[in-house]
Amino acid sequence: MAIQAPTESYTGKIRELILGSDTQVAVGGENTLPFYGFEGNIPNGPKIAMEVFDTEPVGWADELQAVIGDVWGDPVAWAKKCESEFGADMICLQLAGTDPNGANRSPEEAVATVNAVVDAVKIPVIIYGSGNADKDSEVLKAVAEATQGKNVVIGPAVEDNYKSVAAAAMGFNAKVAGETPIDVNMAKQLNILMSNLGVPVESILVDPSTGALGYGLEYCFSVNERIKLAALTQNDNMLQSPTISNLGKEVWKAKEAKITQAEAPQWGDQKKRGIIWETLTAISVMMAGADLLIMRHPESVKLIKQTVAELMA
Amino acid sequence: MALTGMDIFKQLPKTNCGDCGIPTCLAFAMKLAAGGASLEQCPHVSEEAKALLSEASAPPMRGVTIGEGEYALKIGEELVMHRHEKTFFNPPGLALLVEDTEDGAAVDAKLAALKEATYERVGQTMRADLVAVKNSSGDANTFSDMVKKVMAGIPYPLVLMADAAAIDAAMSAAGPAKPLLYAATADNLDAMAELAKKYGAPLAVKPASLNELAELTTKLNGMGLKDLVIDMGTRTLKETFQNLVFTRRLALKKKQRPFGYPTITFPAEETADDMMETVHAAVYTIKYGGIMVLKDLSPEKAYALYVLRQNIYTDPQRPMQVDQGVYPINNPTEDSPFLITTNFSLTYFIVSSEVEGSKMPAWLGIVDVDGLSTLTAWAAGKFVPERIAAFVNKSDILDKIKHKTVVIPGYVAQISGELEEELQGWKIVVGPREAADIPAFLKSFQPVTA
Ligand code: SF4
Repeated sequence: MAIQAPTESYTGKIRELILGSDTQVAVGGENTLPFYGFEGNIPNGPKIAMEVFDTEPVGWADELQAVIGDVWGDPVAWAKKCESEFGADMICLQLAGTDPNGANRSPEEAVATVNAVVDAVKIPVIIYGSGNADKDSEVLKAVAEATQGKNVVIGPAVEDNYKSVAAAAMGFNAKVAGETPIDVNMAKQLNILMSNLGVPVESILVDPSTGALGYGLEYCFSVNERIKLAALTQNDNMLQSPTISNLGKEVWKAKEAKITQAEAPQWGDQKKRGIIWETLTAISVMMAGADLLIMRHPESVKLIKQTVAELMA
Repeated sequence: MALTGMDIFKQLPKTNCGDCGIPTCLAFAMKLAAGGASLEQCPHVSEEAKALLSEASAPPMRGVTIGEGEYALKIGEELVMHRHEKTFFNPPGLALLVEDTEDGAAVDAKLAALKEATYERVGQTMRADLVAVKNSSGDANTFSDMVKKVMAGIPYPLVLMADAAAIDAAMSAAGPAKPLLYAATADNLDAMAELAKKYGAPLAVKPASLNELAELTTKLNGMGLKDLVIDMGTRTLKETFQNLVFTRRLALKKKQRPFGYPTITFPAEETADDMMETVHAAVYTIKYGGIMVLKDLSPEKAYALYVLRQNIYTDPQRPMQVDQGVYPINNPTEDSPFLITTNFSLTYFIVSSEVEGSKMPAWLGIVDVDGLSTLTAWAAGKFVPERIAAFVNKSDILDKIKHKTVVIPGYVAQISGELEEELQGWKIVVGPREAADIPAFLKSFQPVTA
């Protein structure tokens, strides 16, 4: 009996988006399931954006402090370190400091930080607001205007602010990431709404929300996988945007990633525990189809890069 | 190859007697082909036809059990390519590799640590499943001794990795019950098949190609051996992953019987890096590994892999739930705050993790709302004042605290008035909306004690 390799082919393809200006990075573009290189074309593979925060982190895990504690009070130094030392494909600047329930920084202050970071690195920059829908629409508008020509990504556009965030992206030629809560139809709907406003589909990334390992990962996995299946097998145009997973912040608030060895001896080596938690979360979303991973720890980034290299060898 | 409805129909009596509960033989045949009926329902089918047809009613991937009793591991019987379609059914086994060249005391310590690394999460026990003992020494006696040592150290079923003679020696000296014998190849097929028969044990098959796999499993099947496990023999992440996809597809989508078996993979032999070994095992946990053999199952790696396996093998239709009840966190006292939330496991984990992280003692009341998150449960009419009041009244919380203050999630602030009416004598406090704000809240909050 001669067995033929049971390969399949797909009618759809993920859109390829080119991000950044100095050093450009392409995401998406694949016409097959994640790492099914034996039956399709994966021109780029998953890319990694490393997190930089606008304000000094408080209460972060010891093993993060050990590797980025020297720069985390200075977004520019932090971003440069990610670019030159950690091999980040991109920077994801998280404007947590603009949160009205936190430091409540003004859009002008945010713009100053954004400009400094965007000017300091050559790789593309993604700028995420604090998650406060009202404040984000104000902040992201100012950010889009200030970074015009840099081909940045702004986000997240959510149900409550997508009109203004999408308008900002459109007006100043930025890409926009639309975030919806772990649901295929909602992800598609937001994409349709933004397209209807006139945002070109070539400018949209889909962020279907991320649950960390042990904290809803299974839902997030299946939503990512179903988006890719719909995009590839049903040629669903509105789900063919590259997907982004904002996983770093989810992972590092899990107690398994944070808690000290003294408090949880049963969970083993603290130095590796958080890195493994982030790595396995990233492996999962990437095996499910995420095209762009937002990550925090340089060791996890290294492991994911190694994995991608092995799978695409 | 699976039979079509017409193939089956040809073997039936064609009397349309209806004893099977279906009016015609043809309709019965169609249903059987689609997996919606079982052959036993027709009392009139000939023995000869039965033998022919039993194949059509067998699942596309066989279930294989390794070991016996409480610690037995069953793998296989998977029905779908993607977990959202139905569910991934039998969680894969994680195996620790022990070589018979390793130092005895070190092996004892490893086994003790492996046993110790048993955890509870959402009501499930999570642990490793197997120990793979490898005859790296090349000496049959050394192998036998190591098998004995491992059996004495841990009750988990074994994978015996050796040639036929060494396995036979270990097995005849009071060996383990139904270990997985590793592995039959084109060169030793008869000897390994003999052993599998002799000891009634499942057998791993290691071919050189997909073609050879079909030949070997077909041959073994002819010898009456059906409990088989596939090792495609590749030792790179890329090739192993590809083969896992291919064998799963051939079994499930192409209905090729020779491929309808669970798989075994060897991260231990694919990389020397302990972290990458965990990564390889994670990839195979997600896509189509039946067993993963690792050198290193230290707690920080094992626990993450157990949780990943639990997540991936959760029934996608059913939200994960925790039991209703009052949970103590950080050794609470009678003055500690009493917080309530829903029994959606995600909600529970995030809230309890934040309370724990705050280092502030508290009682966490979990209300059964069929596993929905707070907002969804409220919208569905399940996280509502009557239900919450009934939970509080039924619980033994008043034996635990001497105040009557309950903190509700900020997302359901709107119910606080009504809840106050339902819970006479209680003070309702609206807590933060986001779990992340709980630590700050707890630091400044103190229930009023009467
Ligand atoms: S019981 Fe058997 S013979 Fe009778 S109708 Fe059903 S399939 Fe046909």
